[in-house]
Amino acid sequence: MAAKVFTIDGQQITATEGQTVLDAAQDAGIAIPTLCHLDGVMDVGACRLCLVEIAGLNKLVPACVTKVTDGMVVTTNSERLQRYRRMIVELLFTERNHICAVCVSNGHCELQSLAMTLGMDHVRYDYTFPKCAVDPTHRLFGIDHNRCVLCGRCVRVCWYIEGAGTKNFSGRGTQSRIVSDLNAPWGNSRTCTSCGKCVQACPTGALFSKGAAVAEMEKDRGKLEYIVTAREKKQWIV
Amino acid sequence: MPKWIKIDPVTRIEGHAKITIRLDDNGNVADAHFHVTEFRGFEKFCEGRPFSEMPGITPRVCGICPVSHLLASAKACDAILAVNIPPTAAKLRRIMNLGQIVQSHALSFFHLSAPDLLLGWDAPIDKRNVFGLMAADADLARAGIRLRQFGQTVIEVLGGRRIHPAWAVPGGVREPLTAANRDLIRAGLPEAKATTLKGIEIFRSLLAKYETETQVFGNFPSLFMGLVAPDGSWEHYGGKLRFVDGSGNVIADQIDPERYAEYIGESVEPSSYLKSPYYRPMGYPAGMYRVGPLARLNICRRIGTPLADDELVKFKALGWGAVTSSFLYHYARLIEILGSLEHIEKLLAEPDILSERLRADAGINKLQGVGASEAPRGTLFHDYEVDDNGLVKRVNMIIATGQNNLAMNRTITQIARHYIQGPDIPEPLLNRVEAGIRAYDPCLSCSTHADGRLALQVTLRAANGEILDEVGRL
Repeated sequence: MAAKVFTIDGQQITATEGQTVLDAAQDAGIAIPTLCHLDGVMDVGACRLCLVEIAGLNKLVPACVTKVTDGMVVTTNSERLQRYRRMIVELLFTERNHICAVCVSNGHCELQSLAMTLGMDHVRYDYTFPKCAVDPTHRLFGIDHNRCVLCGRCVRVCWYIEGAGTKNFSGRGTQSRIVSDLNAPWGNSRTCTSCGKCVQACPTGALFSKGAAVAEMEKDRGKLEYIVTAREKKQWIV
Repeated sequence: MPKWIKIDPVTRIEGHAKITIRLDDNGNVADAHFHVTEFRGFEKFCEGRPFSEMPGITPRVCGICPVSHLLASAKACDAILAVNIPPTAAKLRRIMNLGQIVQSHALSFFHLSAPDLLLGWDAPIDKRNVFGLMAADADLARAGIRLRQFGQTVIEVLGGRRIHPAWAVPGGVREPLTAANRDLIRAGLPEAKATTLKGIEIFRSLLAKYETETQVFGNFPSLFMGLVAPDGSWEHYGGKLRFVDGSGNVIADQIDPERYAEYIGESVEPSSYLKSPYYRPMGYPAGMYRVGPLARLNICRRIGTPLADDELVKFKALGWGAVTSSFLYHYARLIEILGSLEHIEKLLAEPDILSERLRADAGINKLQGVGASEAPRGTLFHDYEVDDNGLVKRVNMIIATGQNNLAMNRTITQIARHYIQGPDIPEPLLNRVEAGIRAYDPCLSCSTHADGRLALQVTLRAANGEILDEVGRL
């Protein structure tokens, strides 16, 4: 595999063939904010938080799905990028009803951490206060659409790790919702294996274990990576 | 021509309110009303939430007494799970509630009411506050602040934070008490007790001076309600409901709080966001009852700790059967601080208090749950109805301050009639009207489930509605 040499924030680093900018940056200890990215699961570039500037390109590109090329010059943290990232997070907060103080994931939420990291001390846009339901029909888990950011991590782990294909998107724009099967109550799903990977993958409190009280929902993402690594390296095949 | 006096906002209380006083053609007080001017709607927006989140959401009603809501809510959720929580969890919840009673009562007495009681009703308005108290008696003000701090510390070491701890959960509590924290609480008890005893001594020494106030500040027979233990002793977390009349006769006893709706009706007045609960068998408004420290001491036989019981005897001697003056809420509050401190000491000595078996696990086994506990201001009810999946369908909260609404209106009418004649009203007289409200230590954020501080305004209106005089402050 040919190594690629490129520049990121003025620092020359080496990436392997086919490695993404995000991956290479993380290897080099350079943090780029992400939300829809989840280690071990394919990237889709949905949230746009990892947008970076590339010299010679007019548009911004998501680091999670952009492959490194030789001689590429990447900027990850310009003032413009900081401004856009903060704007994205603010818009996410206005789109649904995120009430951190009484949320099951308070203190363990990726959206909340992002808001803090990006210095979101207030939201400049009008909140939309959509009417969103809670689906508590599953025996073990619940989904609260008020807290969903449509990152699609649950959909990807359900399809590509568990292989159940229960979770999916329905609707468009502000009407988009995560659904189970063909929009059945989750508890009635015939494909769900109740593995709980979607709950662990969810960055916010949208997917939660039933009975969790405020701030009790801590996600264990390490498990997902462990499963993927074990599968790729065939650790379970004797 | 009749006139109206408006006091808006009422100061040194917790929330927003105003008082209007109506004068008749001769300039005498016809009646007075206490209006709570804030609204929030918790009962509505909690609908649709998973019930397990309720102990996290409902304490947001109030920053002064979040623990009361936390515990009443957790108890309502325990009822939905249909479990008996582990004994240590119940004891720890009790300690937290006692800490809450100490801090809230200390705030009411030392920060909000002591300026009236110690500096006088007629003291200059810019001195009649906790800063004036510091200037006049720095040691006492400091001791009062430290007493409140002790109560807050009890809450903090158990729940991890002073305000809005999300520690009590359906089925028990989240974190145990550590030995180090037990010793920390213990270490603060002697000073807290000394301050409370000093407060009691000061209040008793003022009783003779404030004989008129004792007679005039809400002195009337009414029912009293609160929780009592099976043997009739003072309760704040468990127990059942007892109603006594103005002469101290028990008229209903050992009523399971789950049946509150059979005994308590809720009336709505167009002039206030605060509902007016009443004792249903006697109807509205004859079924007026009072809750809180005065009521709790009137309904109980004993507090169950030596120092507080000694004081209870002296307190009960101030009435015939029941102590009926709302001015003595202050005294009752101090006695309750003392009792709470002694009860904390007793609970900390329990052999299983450091146990880590703290949470019962269960599904939804009942579709309705009622939780009641004694908040500093009186009995608090949380009543939830859930669907099969545990989503909340209906919420009813009956708040302590609301239950005193009828009595507060009666109190300010009594005070206004005594002190106000004619349209020109010196400010100190209005302060007495406000002090009548302060005696109840109302928490209006809670009672309307609304936010904010209480500032007071008094309006004087003519019979035709014309505003003749207005005294307001922020």
